Amino acid sequence: MAEERRKLALIASKGTLDWAYPPFILASTAAALGWEVQIFFTFYGLLLLKPDYKPAVSPLGNPAMPMKMPFGPNGFQEINWPMPVLVQALPGFQSMATTLMKMTFKNKNVPSIEELREMCIDLGVKLIGCQMTMDVFGFSKEDFIPEVEVGGAATFLEFAATADVSLFI
Amino acid sequence: MSAISADKVLDCSGLLCPLPVIKTTKAIKELQVGQVLKMIATDPGAPADMEAWAKQTGNELLASEQEDGKFVFYIRRTK
Repeated sequence: MAEERRKLALIASKGTLDWAYPPFILASTAAALGWEVQIFFTFYGLLLLKPDYKPAVSPLGNPAMPMKMPFGPNGFQEINWPMPVLVQALPGFQSMATTLMKMTFKNKNVPSIEELREMCIDLGVKLIGCQMTMDVFGFSKEDFIPEVEVGGAATFLEFAATADVSLFI
Repeated sequence: MSAISADKVLDCSGLLCPLPVIKTTKAIKELQVGQVLKMIATDPGAPADMEAWAKQTGNELLASEQEDGKFVFYIRRTK
């Protein structure tokens, strides 16, 4: 092991179900490896710190998203359903897509975002909420889980300047 | 089959990244220095991940093998 702990600095800027995974997976893994980790949550990423946040995902504007069913016989599950954009825009389609993706994750034993967030906290990952975003969206510190610390760009940069890996997600 | 005897067994069968790494980290901390953890996984990424994990945490990966279609790791806590 290196004499000094390695450091990972992440910016989480997106709040959809699919984009919620990478920061929490990287952060929890790095922390498990003994790294010091900070995640700076800004813009829509800030919502990942809400106690009751239910992230959603939409295939709209996301043409690479596989449209597969997480249930039924194997052959059925392998079908990639052609889904016209106009259909994706119908009411209820987004919540259906979200339910199906959550079901897929569960079937594959992938932890939920809330479980991953809990693991990060247990492993000592520092969660920093962007003060400016809170002001813009009308949130206060009390709207988020108690482990959140509040900071600005300077807070993130101070840590990132000494980090071995810095990523914007 | 390895002849290494384990002090504790952790079964991560069916779990995907990042759970095997995180569960191994927690389990190794519950052992004494010098004791051996046997970890079983089915995630195809596990052999590479466990090698990287051992390298970075400083714990010793005594053996990494396959048994009945599963990956089996023996890890000694070193610090």
